[in-house]
Amino acid sequence: MSVSVRIPTILRTYTGGESEVTAAGGTLAEVLDDLDASYAGIKGRILDEAGQLRRFVNVYVGNEDVRFLDNLATATPDGTQISVIPAVAGG
Amino acid sequence: MSTVVAETTTPSEPTLREGAFGHAKGLSCRECGHAVELGPHYACPECFGPLEIAYDFPQVTREEIEAGPANIWRYKALLPVPSDIEQSPNMEPGFTRLLRANNLGRELGIDNLWVKDDSTNPTNSFKDRVVACALSAATEFHAKVFACPSTGNLANAVAAAGARAGIKTVVFIPSNLEKPKQVNSAVYTDSLIAVNGNYDDVNKLASEIAGEEDGWAFVNVNVRPYYAEGSKTLGYEIAEQLGWRLPDQIVIPVASGSQLTKVDKAFQELIKLGLVEDKPYKVYGAQAEGCSPVSVAYKAGVDAIRPVKPDTIAKSLAIGNPADGIYVLDICRRTGGAVEDITDDQVREAIVLLARTEGIFTETAGGTTVGVLKKLVETGQLDTSLETVVINTGHGLKTLDAVADSVGPAATIDPSYAAFAATGLA
Repeated sequence: MSVSVRIPTILRTYTGGESEVTAAGGTLAEVLDDLDASYAGIKGRILDEAGQLRRFVNVYVGNEDVRFLDNLATATPDGTQISVIPAVAGG
Repeated sequence: MSTVVAETTTPSEPTLREGAFGHAKGLSCRECGHAVELGPHYACPECFGPLEIAYDFPQVTREEIEAGPANIWRYKALLPVPSDIEQSPNMEPGFTRLLRANNLGRELGIDNLWVKDDSTNPTNSFKDRVVACALSAATEFHAKVFACPSTGNLANAVAAAGARAGIKTVVFIPSNLEKPKQVNSAVYTDSLIAVNGNYDDVNKLASEIAGEEDGWAFVNVNVRPYYAEGSKTLGYEIAEQLGWRLPDQIVIPVASGSQLTKVDKAFQELIKLGLVEDKPYKVYGAQAEGCSPVSVAYKAGVDAIRPVKPDTIAKSLAIGNPADGIYVLDICRRTGGAVEDITDDQVREAIVLLARTEGIFTETAGGTTVGVLKKLVETGQLDTSLETVVINTGHGLKTLDAVADSVGPAATIDPSYAAFAATGLA
């Protein structure tokens, strides 16, 4: 399944400056693996040493924060838009 | 301009003015300590942690501060702003009143209670403080657009400050926001954007725009490290107005958690600079039950904040995924305080309580804070013999609907003395 991933500026060094890239996978975990195969090291910026999402990164599948879905096991159907966004405080 | 890779809007002119950020020497990741040069950066390129301002503070005296203007710029040496900040057109917020609240104190059984009333700022909330610092940063970064995602108060402050500074503003709010808060922004700007979603959705959108648009300064996104420092002035003022000493206890509302962490930072800085005596103080966080992820984590004794979908009348506290929540937990636990929450009905009751005891009409966030203060007393979590400060962050006219149905005329009478006498109020 092909999905689209929006890349935050601090990770665009990995994608050659691209703000949006395509990746494949049926779950978010598989998408991140595929992303890392194309852009080595990027997964390690999004996940911590324990393989979980870092505390200050929000990942959205569609418009929903994956913490409200199934986290890394969240399904990513063909054509899904995934967004990786730093968490910020101050409303 | 920084050469470090970080989240940025890439302002058109990368040259920074000498002293543009006062005594700030750089940015530092609060999580891993990674250093980043000054710039419109907010997320650590190593771990996504929040970047904070690091300073090389000068020796500042009480007398120098007291000789300054009656606004937040009296503390300019402790903020990321230039020494000539007063020359820039801005709203000059701050140095709001600290009121002794004897009536409310008697009602709650607290011996020595104060209300720090930030509803008297130019756009009637504490957000004028943070926006003033953000505006300075945006100006120094040559931003073309001054913007924010907001639960209302911030949008009001950004729209007004941008108008006064002559910079284009675009402010984003949840479309279901209280009407008065919408009007209070739209009157200052023709670029108020209502987004179908909650604050967390609006925040996500703003972060995406910040990553795509050059020259946009989102006050609480890409210039957030500078913006957030404005909240320190609440802590400085409380200490100065108490006669250069820290209160024993302070109750602060929690939305993203940023304000609470910055008041604590202010107290710590005052101690380090020798401006106040080092002493213990307790910090308490206040949330509404319908959006209480930090309170839930505190009570469960865990460090992780589980995001929630907000459902409360306290819309300015309705941030379901509070990025600074873990720091709120740290501070409240470290100082011996607590985080507590109350129901919407208790929020309404507390708004009326504060109004009828102290003549202060607070918005729902302030109602939440006063209501939590009451609950902390009732549950024995707060020592009523200690000097206590409660923060009122905004004005009740902005959230009039919250109490509109619960207060009103005691009677409707004909214009005759007999009719009046019949009410029993004579």
